[in-house]
Amino acid sequence: MEKFLIILMTSVLVNNYVLSRFLGICPFLGVSKKLNQAVGMGLSVTFVMLMSAAATYPIYTYLLVPNGMDYMKTIVFILVIAALVQLVEIILKRYIPALHKSLGIYLPLITTNCAVLGVTINNINDGFGFAESMVSALGCGLGFLLAMVLFAGVRSRIEDANPPESFKGLPITLISASIVALSFMGFTGLVDGIFGK
Amino acid sequence: MTVLIATLIVAAIGLICAIMLVLASKFFAVPEDKRFSDIRECLPGANCGACGYAGCDGYAKALAEDDSVKTNLCIPGADAVAKQIADILGKEAEDVIEQVAVIHCYGDCNHTVNKMDYVGISSCGAAKTMYGGNGKCNFGCIGFGDCVKACPQNAICLQNGIAHVNTRLCIGCGICTRTCPQHLITLMADEENLLVTCSNKEKGAAARAKCSNACIGCKKCEKNCPSGAIKVENNLAVIDYSLCTKCGLCAENCPVGCILVSDFNGIHKAGNRS
Repeated sequence: MEKFLIILMTSVLVNNYVLSRFLGICPFLGVSKKLNQAVGMGLSVTFVMLMSAAATYPIYTYLLVPNGMDYMKTIVFILVIAALVQLVEIILKRYIPALHKSLGIYLPLITTNCAVLGVTINNINDGFGFAESMVSALGCGLGFLLAMVLFAGVRSRIEDANPPESFKGLPITLISASIVALSFMGFTGLVDGIFGK
Repeated sequence: MTVLIATLIVAAIGLICAIMLVLASKFFAVPEDKRFSDIRECLPGANCGACGYAGCDGYAKALAEDDSVKTNLCIPGADAVAKQIADILGKEAEDVIEQVAVIHCYGDCNHTVNKMDYVGISSCGAAKTMYGGNGKCNFGCIGFGDCVKACPQNAICLQNGIAHVNTRLCIGCGICTRTCPQHLITLMADEENLLVTCSNKEKGAAARAKCSNACIGCKKCEKNCPSGAIKVENNLAVIDYSLCTKCGLCAENCPVGCILVSDFNGIHKAGNRS
């Protein structure tokens, strides 16, 4: 149990995919303007991460490794994840059109979201089993959601502020993103401290 | 052999994914509103955004889904398109108030001079960063034709160093109003006949020293207007078209002649007439 907690804490806070590993920056900057969209994006990324971790683990363990093809995992994973996201998009369009509309162009972008690919590949590099992979994927998704929500709050403040002309728009957003990322450095050593390793 | 197995496995995974997606798109297909494609077909397809939606697709979608969206928002399409849309939706056709772009500056080479020889990038936006443009008047048309390049109808041309809108070609999309770094271009209902051709907000003498067409803020127009439609704000005459009765007394009494009397009929009215 403690192992799962450690994985969860590590992936949400210490190794946050957006703010510590700098994966998935595109949706992080693109959809964080409004809180509800940020939450929608965060939830769908979490969902896609869980699905892809669940789908890629058996493919890797039972198909690629026995055939000595583990070097092909990147390509195979990209293929599987892309198909999965398309599937999610079709289902969302059918059942939650409002979310589909507000995510707009960013939903297909999850197809090539490196955070999703990163989760699946890191699970394997870290030698996780199926249950651990799922926990890790959930943690990474929640970490992404957390980063999105936090940054949506930061951005709503920036909207009201009046930065110098040349900083308006993306520059000030990038600067504040870096400051938020810097604050996440504070979580380094958190897990060691709590679980006393 | 290894290569063959690898290829086969990847191909098999791809095939399975493809079959899955095909099945999903069959079973989870969303029935598309037929009215959407009908409306989309009769819109001009310029994606100018004058209706306030993100392109023609956005407007067509809004019309098909939301009953309260007005049918007369497509300014380039004008009455003809508004009528087609109303027919598809089974609503009463509403008249479109056609708009044309007008330029609030007439400081051409006969009225004003350049304060410097600008040899940089040939764009108004770039020239404006250099001491507010090369013209003597910092409010006026810079004359490198950013609007000319932006106009989808080729309705704007450069003459004597400033931009002119040929309203007969103008579809009123408003792209030029967002392009002009001096914000000189506005959209105006094409049935109006009076236009203040100056944007200089300096005091009379200072404005006059820069351009002989400049509004000097003398308020003569304001005093002569029978309906109180023209007001001098910040040393510049501004017409409130909702009050204007098109009598033209302001233009007659303007000592510098910066109020232009003309017929600004746009492409639709001009086309109807001929």
